[in-house]
This record gives sequence, C-alpha cells and structure tokens, in this order.
Amino acid sequence: MDRREILKAMMLAGFASGTVLQSRCRKSSPSHVDVEDSSGLYGRTPEEMERDKALSEQLSPFSEDEIITLALLCDIILPANMAAPSASDTGVVEFIDFIVRDMPRHELPLKGGLMWLSSLTNQTFGKLFKDLNKNEQLEIVDAIAYPQRARAEMLPGVRFFNLMRDLTLTGYYTSPAGMADLGYQGNSPNVWDGVPEEILRAHKLEYEEDWIRKCVDQTRRHVTAEWDDEGRLLT
Amino acid sequence: MQIIETADLYDAVIVGSGAGGGMAANVLSKAGMRIAVVEAGPYFDPKDPKTQTQMKWSYQSPRRGAGTVRPFGDFDMAYGGWEIEGEPYTTTQGSEFKWFRSRMLGGRTNHWGRISLRFGPRDFKRKDMDGLGDNWPIGYDDVKPYYDKLDKLIGVFGTNEGLPNDPDGFFLPPPKPRLHELYYIKAARKLGVSVIPSRLSILTKRINADRGICYYCGQCARSCNAYADFSSGSCLIFPAQNSGGRIDLFLNAMVRNVSIDKNGKATGVHYINKKDRKEYHLGGKIIVLAASACSTARILLNSKSALHPDGMGNSSGLVGKYLHDSTGSSNMAIIPALLDRKVAYNEDGVGGLHVYSPWWLDNKVLDFPRGYHIEIWGGMGMPAYGFGMNLHKMAKYLGHEAGGYGEMLRKDVKRLYGASIGLAGRGECIAREDNYCELDPEIVDEFGIPVLRFNYTFSDHERNQARHMQKTFAEIFDVLGAEPMWSVPGREGNYGLNKPGEIIHEVGTTRMGNRSQTSVTNQYQQLHDVKNVFITDGGPFVSQADKNCTWTILALAWRTSDYIVEQLKKRNL
Repeated sequence: MDRREILKAMMLAGFASGTVLQSRCRKSSPSHVDVEDSSGLYGRTPEEMERDKALSEQLSPFSEDEIITLALLCDIILPANMAAPSASDTGVVEFIDFIVRDMPRHELPLKGGLMWLSSLTNQTFGKLFKDLNKNEQLEIVDAIAYPQRARAEMLPGVRFFNLMRDLTLTGYYTSPAGMADLGYQGNSPNVWDGVPEEILRAHKLEYEEDWIRKCVDQTRRHVTAEWDDEGRLLT
Repeated sequence: MQIIETADLYDAVIVGSGAGGGMAANVLSKAGMRIAVVEAGPYFDPKDPKTQTQMKWSYQSPRRGAGTVRPFGDFDMAYGGWEIEGEPYTTTQGSEFKWFRSRMLGGRTNHWGRISLRFGPRDFKRKDMDGLGDNWPIGYDDVKPYYDKLDKLIGVFGTNEGLPNDPDGFFLPPPKPRLHELYYIKAARKLGVSVIPSRLSILTKRINADRGICYYCGQCARSCNAYADFSSGSCLIFPAQNSGGRIDLFLNAMVRNVSIDKNGKATGVHYINKKDRKEYHLGGKIIVLAASACSTARILLNSKSALHPDGMGNSSGLVGKYLHDSTGSSNMAIIPALLDRKVAYNEDGVGGLHVYSPWWLDNKVLDFPRGYHIEIWGGMGMPAYGFGMNLHKMAKYLGHEAGGYGEMLRKDVKRLYGASIGLAGRGECIAREDNYCELDPEIVDEFGIPVLRFNYTFSDHERNQARHMQKTFAEIFDVLGAEPMWSVPGREGNYGLNKPGEIIHEVGTTRMGNRSQTSVTNQYQQLHDVKNVFITDGGPFVSQADKNCTWTILALAWRTSDYIVEQLKKRNL
C-alpha cells in the first residue's frame, strides 16, 4: 500500500474521526453540479495527462500524522454547519496532498509549519496537536490565526496558518459543495438578458433606455443578422 | 542530413494557422488554389470533446484550474505559454521580453479575449500628429472595406457610436451590462471618461448556419464548442475545407526557413517534423508567412542564402526591428456597494467585458503621445485555484479583523465574493528601431534552429501613459468609494507597466512601407526583396494603435490574399 492509498483508507475508515470528521457521511451536492462526471476528462493533452498521472502516483509528501493534522486544521478553518459540509468532507485534504506535488514551493512551508506546530504543542502540552482535546487545539489555533494580534514569537505559525487558510478556502470553494455554499449559479448554458430587476432596484440602478435599445433582443437572436449599407441591423 | 522532399507543389504554402494564416487559407482556397498550412502544434477543433475544457468545473482539475501547466490555468485553450520546453529564447542584458506562443491549429485565436477593434483613421497617420514613429503607407479607407467584410463573415458585437477614431461597423447587438459594469459606467461618466458597449467577436445573434449562438458561459478563453466565438479553425479553416477548399494541414511541423532558387524566387519551406525529428522540404509557388510577428522574423532571419546573406527580406536590415507590444497596467478594488451582494443569478455573460472605455482624451494636452483604452473585469465568476486566498490581508475591506477561522471566515468569503472590479489599461507603445528581436548567435532550439534574442526597453512615453492609467483608475475607484488594492510602483517600477510582451500584442517586426530601404514589405505585405513571399501576421504593422491587433491582422490578411489572387491573374507572380 502506498501512502496515497493509506491516506484514502484512513479517510474512508474515519481514522481521523472524532470531533472533526463526524460529518463525513453527509452527502451534500448541489443539484446543478455534475459530481458524477467520472470521465476524468478535463481536456488534457497526452503530455498533460502523463504529468497528472505521474503526480498522482508519487508518494505523498506527508506522513499519516501530518495528514491527520492537516485534516484537523482544515476542519477548524471550515467546520461543517447546518447548510454545508466541513472542509475535509469536500476533499480539501486530498487537494492539498496533490497541490504540494504540483507546486513543490508549498511543501517546505507546510511541512515546516506542521513541525513548528508540533514543537509548540509539545512544549505547551507535552503532546502532538492531533492528540490535544478540542479546546486545547483551539487555544493553539487562536494564537496563530489572527495576524494583527498574534505575538511576535507566533509569526512562523501565523505564516503557516495563513497558507493553510488559503489552501483550505481555495480547495473548499472550488469543490461542488463549496460552490453551492457560495451560491455560484454559472457554468450552465443560459440566455443573459441583464441583471434581474429586483437586484437593480436594490442597488438603485437602472438600465438607460438609450443603452438598452442597442442591446440584443434575445427573442430574435436566432434570426440571421442582416444590415443596411450604413451598418444598421435590420433583423 | 537527408532532406525529405514532399512530392506535391502547392499553389501556396502558409506558415502558421492563427488569425493571419487562417484568413489567407480561407481566401486563397476559395479562389481555387491548393493550399498547405504548416502548423507547429497538433490538430485542434473546439468541438472535440476529448480536448474540450469549456463547461468543465474547477474541481475536474486536481489542481482546481491552477496555472502550473498552462499559464492562464488548466482550462485556457492555448497549448504553450511563455516558456515552451525545447523552444527557448533569450534577452539582451538589461532588457526583458516575454514571448507567448500557442502551438496548435488556430494558434492563439483559440484563447484570445475576442476584443475586436478597428483601427481608426488617425491610427494610420500618427506621425502626422505627433512626429513620432512612422505613418502607415495606407490609410483607414484602404482597410475599411475589409473590416466591413470581416464584421459580416466572422461576426462582432458592438454599437455604432459615430466616434472619430473608433469607427462604426456592421455590429451584432451587444449584451446588457453586468452589475459591476453598471457601477463602472456611472463612475466613469462622472469623470468624463467615455464608456460604450464592448466590441467582441462573439455571436450574440445568428450569422449563418455553420455557427452557433453564444450561450453565455463566459468561457471564450476555452474556445467555443458551438463555434460562437472567433477562432481561426472554427471560422476560417474548417468552413473553407467544408465548402470544397483544398487545404492540407501539416501539423507538428516547425518551419526553419524559406528556400529560394538561384533567380531569387522562393520555392518552399524547410520544416522539422516534431514527431520523427526529420527535415522536410515543402514546395510552394507562393509563400505566406503568418507564424506570428516574432516567429516570422525568425524564419526570415534564418533564411540566409548567397542572395540574402543577412536573411530573406532583410536588405533594409529591419527584420525584427520596431517590435512593439501594447502597454498594460492594471489595478483592482473592492466596491463597497457590492459587498454582501445577492448571488442568486448567473452573470457569467460572454467571455469578457460587456462595456469598455475607448481612448477619450487629446494627447496634445498630456505628457504622453498616445492613448489607451480601459477594459473592465469583475463579477461572480466560477471559483478556481486562488479563490479566497490572502483573506488575511482584507481587513480594511471587511471592516473588521481579518484572518481567523470558522463561521466568520465563511461570512467574510461571501461578503467579498463578486465585489471586486479590475481595470486594465491597454495602450499604444511607440515603435522604435532599437526595440527588436534578432537571432541569438549561439543558442538553438531542440530542432537545431537558431532562436530569437530580444531587446526591449520602455521610454517615458510609455511610463507617463501608465502613470495616467493608474491615476484614472484611482479616480474611478474613488467615485465608487473604493481605493486601489495594489500599490503602484513609481517611475523606477514603470508605474506598474506589464513587462514587454505580456499583453501578447507583439507586432512590427517586418513593417510595411513604400521604400525598401526603410521597410520590409510593401503595403500589400509582400516582401520588397522576394516577390512571392507575403506576411499576414502582425509583423507588417507600422504602429499598434490603442486597439487590439487581431481585427486588423485579419483585415490586412484578407487584403493581401485578394492582392495575391489578383496578381496571379495578371501573371505578376
């Protein structure tokens, strides 16, 4: 079993369970998202496909303990709420595991940051971060999660947590459940006919008659365009 | 090395399949000529589901669409980028140039912004106005008929505004502005900055039976599977083939040089087949170079012979000179009125801006000689890699301490989503002889072909223009109650000017003119030195204008192709 498989097995078995991964079984996928697209295709060239495959077959840069800690941190950053799943439930840990292979510049700050965190919790509690109870974990995170008020000796941790927050937010909001939580409505064929009336009203804006007169009449978009010699659209 | 001779002799060999090559292939094949198109990359059809990235979700990419492999992200439809393995280029000491290449059928037209602006009457005669650079040997009236035909053949939305230097055309109706664009219109007008519907080659309305209509996914950069945006394959090469045009495609073929006979007539091109790494010769009666301004200059400079010891068409010594890209400088802001906006609708729109600001001032009263236009970005796009990053730096936009975790963080993300606006200035850079590309004397690419070395610097003309762009952006943001998000460097940092090449409008390397001593081609983009060699990319541009170059490349390529057909009829070639 390679580390990637270990990681998967761990996740499936709820190995990193307890407080943070409890919501794993709740499937939350918005209706407009085609989660079942299993083609794996996203328009790769043969060389790109090769590269993706090689990256996914590499050993994970993280140990099991590190993976567990990453998952804990991700779920502190974005825990589940009534409407949306937690970060680890949307595949953020797997995303981070991949992105470090894809962008090796993230590896040192993440691995070093995890080590720094271990040192801190060892000194403070005599334990690894993952073995702390929830209150102890939050006490540590509070010391590094707020750049403006963090103590000077916490700055390496602030930097690490900033990166964790960046990657967690990106991983989360680019996932199906994250896009649903955000409310993104696009990436589906439609006929744009301007900002909805109630939104315009809420913003005290309106379309000017002069401008809108020139815009496309969507009821006639299928009528083939014809012009007079002056460039006036006749159809 | 043995050179493999292709048996056929083509009526025309066209090097490159982007805008200029596609147009030449279209027009010349319709005139009954047998055409070979030589392309350095693979086949590409926007309709092919195997290569399609349009309508994919960010999460279908394991890197969530990041730019690790393709510089504009996984879903961008350009195979290549600023750096291509095995195909390096160099720069002279102390200068910078970034060279974007797309190796695929259709070239960079598969991903471009579709901003399709005609040059205006003044743009062809700028020297008359400010004494800088040179006039074109042609004027707007020479090109207008081709712009007109182009509008109808390819389709471009926009509006007839009767502006003096942003000519009217045969436009499809534009889409209505998005919410942030309405805010922009209001603010710009308050400052006297003119703003009109944008002009993009995207079909908001049917133009023929072969092409679909825009379905507003906002993804033109991914190339449209309905053929509702312009790309060279979908709009020029495939339609010509489908209507009986005889066009053979030579793919993955890297052209090294144009061959010549002892009478000084071009006979074809030598290319390296990237797959078998062997050298081939392809014979043609007419050679059309449309490999992109810099690639064409490179091919000419590599076409050395006893008759042309300094490279073909280079008796003037000007091949590669007068290289210029559009200037670019940008900034971003959060519009307070758009914080916590209602998300409940799809505003992807077309793939690009629905409104823009054409140049609105008079340079006579300014400290820089040429203008710029403003492009507007923003809205509720699909989250991709990078989304949500740097939230810890956003305190002043959030109105409370930034960073943290948990529910507050979720709220902060939603508060900022869709609230930003980006303004990008795109201006005219003066063409100068001392901005150039040349052959690097030592370095070759993996096919053994000597590579280009670039030399490019900015002058105060461009720096002052960029300073003005940033001042304008700041004023617009101020009206919106926002402030620029990026701090702009001063003179030492060129006021935030993009590096030369980064706007990907590089032109001018084989400029046209009436005299063979001061130009490379004549007004029909025909080499002064070799009559059966033509150039239909951006190389022959004398100046860039504050417009994007593609629509003019297409119009001039059509004009050149008509000229070739006419000269063949007259037996002048």
